[in-house]
Amino acid sequence: MPWTRRHLITLEELSLAEIDQIHATATAFKKILGRSVKKVPALRGKTIVNLFLEPSTRTRMAFDMAAKRLSADVISLDGASSSTTKGETLRDTAENIQALNADMIIIRHAASGSPLYLSNILDIPVINAGDGAHEHPTQGLLDTFTMKEHLGSLKGRKVVILGDILFSRVARSNIHALTKMGANVTLVGPATLVPHWFTDLGVKVSHDLKSALADAEVVMLLRIQHERQSSGHFPSLGEYTSMFGLNKTRASWLNPKAIIMHPGPINRGVEIDSELADGDRSVILEQVSNGIAVRMAVLYLCSGGQPESVVTTD
Amino acid sequence: MPALWIQNARVIDPASKRDSLGDLFIANGKIAASLSAADKKRAKKIDAKGLIACPGLVDIHVHFREPGQMHKETIETGSRAAAAGGFTSVVCMPNTAPVADSAGTIQLIKDSITRTSCIRVYPTGCITVGMKGQTLAPIGSLKRAGVVAITDDGDCVQSNELMRRAVEYAKMFDLPIMDHCQDHSMTVGAVMNEGIMSTRLGLKGWPHAAEDIIVSRNVILATYTGAHIHMQHISSKNSVEILRRAKARGVSVTAEATPHHIALTDETLATYDTNFKMNPPLRTEDDRIAIIEGLRDGTLDCLATDHAPHTDYEKDKEFDFAPNGILGLETALAVSLDVLVRQSKFKLPYVIDLFTRKAAKIVNLPAGNLAEGAAADICLFDPEEKWTYDAKAGFSKSSNSPWHGKTLTGRVKTTFVEGRIVFENGKIK
Repeated sequence: MPWTRRHLITLEELSLAEIDQIHATATAFKKILGRSVKKVPALRGKTIVNLFLEPSTRTRMAFDMAAKRLSADVISLDGASSSTTKGETLRDTAENIQALNADMIIIRHAASGSPLYLSNILDIPVINAGDGAHEHPTQGLLDTFTMKEHLGSLKGRKVVILGDILFSRVARSNIHALTKMGANVTLVGPATLVPHWFTDLGVKVSHDLKSALADAEVVMLLRIQHERQSSGHFPSLGEYTSMFGLNKTRASWLNPKAIIMHPGPINRGVEIDSELADGDRSVILEQVSNGIAVRMAVLYLCSGGQPESVVTTD
Repeated sequence: MPALWIQNARVIDPASKRDSLGDLFIANGKIAASLSAADKKRAKKIDAKGLIACPGLVDIHVHFREPGQMHKETIETGSRAAAAGGFTSVVCMPNTAPVADSAGTIQLIKDSITRTSCIRVYPTGCITVGMKGQTLAPIGSLKRAGVVAITDDGDCVQSNELMRRAVEYAKMFDLPIMDHCQDHSMTVGAVMNEGIMSTRLGLKGWPHAAEDIIVSRNVILATYTGAHIHMQHISSKNSVEILRRAKARGVSVTAEATPHHIALTDETLATYDTNFKMNPPLRTEDDRIAIIEGLRDGTLDCLATDHAPHTDYEKDKEFDFAPNGILGLETALAVSLDVLVRQSKFKLPYVIDLFTRKAAKIVNLPAGNLAEGAAADICLFDPEEKWTYDAKAGFSKSSNSPWHGKTLTGRVKTTFVEGRIVFENGKIK
């Protein structure tokens, strides 16, 4: 099946076949990353703009590195150095980037829906690198890619996502991908951060950590943001940790072969104990590595490349 | 001015329970029982066969942005949009810049109305100074300056004590208080209804409980003080139920619904189109149905548009950053006919009543009927004509409408104010 999308805005809109295509393409690129020369000429002569209007370390660097591994030229703009600080609108900023002959724009923005808004304005592909609490599609793709590497098919597998679901774009993208892939997803956390509305997305919602973690094959932790405490979503970080933090005892409730994931950045000692974050069940750094291959796949496909052509890109 | 003779119309005047095929006579700007033979000869005759003649529509909730935000709308352009929608009397909100919290600002607004408006525009004043919710505005002076009601619309008085005092004080002047019901502590940063759709879209939700709590507060204050409180743009099922119970007990509360809350739900936000962003937000299908039922059984007293113009460039941004509000005046009648008459099987005279007599009654306007001797404010419309609404070609200075490009059924043909044609066949006269 040929790849037909120009933009990557959400995982909600992707079919299972499209997710599989991205994963297959990422697998091919991952092999290239294992070579001594880790670069292919697939996007030589193309210019990609990283427009990050919200702080980011690993996503921005991973996109940057993925584009460079494909031989594209990369320009990075952040909120502080762009004209948005002078009051320029997002439309004007984006139209200027397009007028400068960029071939693709990767956007991170604190406002949900911003990538869709840009995709309706611009003629060049728009890649969503995280929009508000809406979606973070490449994170969802790299997370499921990593799960597949460890578990094979995700059909019928029990996956738990634990933490601040309400404000998490990572959770939403993972929910869309995982449910399409046939996984059984359970969301866990305090009721204030895991509202019942999520059941409408085809997942279970639980506030009982023990029963949720029992026999889970994947537990994905989400960062607890300090500002949620001041907005009344939970009483204190200490209380959160005592009720929902993943420690050695609680990890023992998981399936013995379960993997522990986290999209980062980690609050050590809050949502997860250090020994677990660094332990042999943790695949947190594998997620980061896989992020490059998955993003290479997304950039390549949305630039017009086709999955079956990856092997010939070099 | 020659007499006017509207012939062969279906005349619907809910105030006098008239619904019959016949003629309307206008002499000296007023409704007449008939014309003399000589006047009949000289009268301007309008053949209204197939059309409905009803009292000029009344909207007790519009934003005309003057003074201070005249790039969005002016009293002149807003009044033209109103005339094009069949409205002859509108009540404009005080959240201008500066806000209308002094007699001087009210006078400024009244001067502009006199100079530029083609219909009747009535100002309101603020409940609190600067609409800051801290101290009472000079409500007596505002009444003397000509306001027909007071409201902090766009905002909501959060202090129960201050609201109680405002209600008591305004009652002394027989001045209605209108309230935008929103508990701020529950809606910080909220941009749409809280629920399944906000969860999917990752947008901050505005729970209906934040409206229900203030509606309940106002019911309690109206009960306690005996004063009348009008609840603006009700959007939630629970609020409708709270009001229904209050009215059954005889509490002096009234409430309005908007055409957009009876026609649309939060499902329309799936594409983050800012032309569907408003406050209170579009809610669920359950809420929408409950509001329609509230209108049917009289729990909700009237329709009002909350006409809220914003320029294209203000709306053309990320959803979180776009302002709340949509246009309403030019589409209100067609949308309401569609939802209430065609879909919900309301009787047409009942819907006209919601837009005329019942609306006028809430703020005591001299409008909304075709009684002999009443000012000849008339709306003539074709209930069956299909037309495509082009917001950019409309009469408002702005074009932020969810109905832009949509085909609507029911079109205003002519609008009369005191017997004078102010709008006819798509043109302001």
